[in-house]
Amino acid sequence: MKKFALLFTLVLALVLSACAPKATPTPVVTEPFRVAVVMPSAINDMAFSQSMYDALMRIQEEMGGPENFEVVYSEGMFVVDDAAAAIRDYATQGFDLVIAHGSQYGSSLQEIAPDFPETSFAWGTTAETFGQPNIFAYEAASQEGGYVNGVLAATLSTSGTIGVVGPIEVGDAKLYVEGFKAGVMATKPDATVNVNYIGSFSDVALASEAASTHLAAGADALTGTAQMVVGAIGKAEEANALWFGTQSNQSSLAPKIVVASQVYHWEVVIKEILDLIADGTLGGKSFVITLANKGLVIEFNADYALSADAKSLADSTVKGIVDGTIKITLP
Amino acid sequence: MISELFTTTVLIGILASGIRLATPYLYAAIGETFSQKSGVLNLGVEGQMLLGCFAAFYVALTTENLWLGLLAAMIVGAVMGLAMAFVTVNLHAQQGISGIGFYLFGLGMSDLLFQKLLGTVETVKGFPEIYIPGLSDIPGIGEIFFSQNILVYGAFLLVPIAWFVLNKTTLGLKIRSVGENPDAADSLGVSVARVRYFTIILGGTLSGLAGASLSIALLNVFQQNMTSGLGFIAVALVYFGAWKPAGVLAGALLFSMVNSLQLWIQVLGIPVPSDIAVMMPYVLTILVLVATVSKVRTPSALTKPFERED
Repeated sequence: MKKFALLFTLVLALVLSACAPKATPTPVVTEPFRVAVVMPSAINDMAFSQSMYDALMRIQEEMGGPENFEVVYSEGMFVVDDAAAAIRDYATQGFDLVIAHGSQYGSSLQEIAPDFPETSFAWGTTAETFGQPNIFAYEAASQEGGYVNGVLAATLSTSGTIGVVGPIEVGDAKLYVEGFKAGVMATKPDATVNVNYIGSFSDVALASEAASTHLAAGADALTGTAQMVVGAIGKAEEANALWFGTQSNQSSLAPKIVVASQVYHWEVVIKEILDLIADGTLGGKSFVITLANKGLVIEFNADYALSADAKSLADSTVKGIVDGTIKITLP
Repeated sequence: MISELFTTTVLIGILASGIRLATPYLYAAIGETFSQKSGVLNLGVEGQMLLGCFAAFYVALTTENLWLGLLAAMIVGAVMGLAMAFVTVNLHAQQGISGIGFYLFGLGMSDLLFQKLLGTVETVKGFPEIYIPGLSDIPGIGEIFFSQNILVYGAFLLVPIAWFVLNKTTLGLKIRSVGENPDAADSLGVSVARVRYFTIILGGTLSGLAGASLSIALLNVFQQNMTSGLGFIAVALVYFGAWKPAGVLAGALLFSMVNSLQLWIQVLGIPVPSDIAVMMPYVLTILVLVATVSKVRTPSALTKPFERED
């Protein structure tokens, strides 16, 4: 022990002496912009959390890597209390922007944000900033891509029955489902859209049975939203029914049956937020990603042979939504 | 609209999907029945299932051999069981708390391995449905009972086997006596520790199988936290089934059938709010529990660590 203490002192002395006298001017290192994000599921969930993670990675790449744009994340924060602790932690550590990626984190953020007036927070999906000067809000007009998917589903379905597997009837999921229904009805008014909310964002087994139920009820085209739909996609593939994705590009899960996915490009919003922060505005604004601002993009599956007619119908639908000739009325 | 519920398509649909949904519950709850019968409450089922899910999926994906995947899930479950047995039998740890610990370990570990080894959601070709000549052709019945995959058959076969082992064998007698009166069993030369090790490891193995039934037979995919509470429902089903394999079967089927019924209620457009519909299986389970609980006696030594009095 004594020997160790001696050695330690020696090493310490050496290190200190090596560091101290360096009088050469240190190069001016610009501090990287530091972003922390708290997400309810995994960064590779092929859905909600992945859409944000991918967006941050794209921004990081554009800005020249982690030296300029540092991203840290906490995933799998489905327990709101844990998420709140993580959000507070990141704010304490002096991150420039803390993103609470989940509408369930709202009330926590409302409590935390006033304690850190120098830190900018963003949360979604919502339009609510709680009137706080350091909270940004963001949401997706997911009914738009839902509508386009609905138009495609109605066009490609031969049975006229289409199934939707939803998580819980709220927020983003509800917008997508309602938009999808509107798209189907506008294209084929006599089609049937069966909707199943399974009451969970994570129950893959129940999502799979929900898909089986739709198939047994005669559906030949399915869609669904949130991370548990991976179970439903498998069932659709077994039955050779078509699948329409949302949130992330789901083509890789079932290359034969995925027609198109509405993909969220949150970087559109995040970049605006970064610009505002650079100008000294830390919050108070809300943003929406839409087809028009390219925050929502319909990505087609290259492995699925989509007919030229259907493709051009989808393109013209996107155009119609962007220029306002198509109005999506939600109930 | 209600009358639409009683068409053959719907009834067959409800029964067939109810049987599939019941499969993971059966494996996990029968395993839990064994450990509770011997006096050990294992709340780590969910964690064992998750690790079993991942092990089966990963091994099946990399070796392209489903049987190796199955084996891997059983081994992982058994090792988790072994650890649980050591903590509860040798160290006399409080069973409920250590079980929660094992659950959290399984949850975190399966997710970590998923991130590091897979990195993204992938799919695997799982156990196919087995076509039994003759039986599978019977209209309705064939579709419900005889066009399922091997792990579904295995789960239902497990029920009579478990009943036989628990009630008709010396081993079963030992398990029950250790769970009812460990002091008496000990004085008669039954090793309480050894019996409990056996039941907890068996429980872990079956929980691993429950996980495998999801990831390489029913869903053929692995997703973070994909069991989403199934393991805890399995523990509840043991109470529901009054520690009897047949009771567990009844509970698992009831819960699953009501769950598939609510899916159909929504699809048929019967005007019940989705929030109410998804509550149905839980509400019904609680009602049955309340109605039956007074008639049931728990194993006397359940949750009590055994210490030999010298």
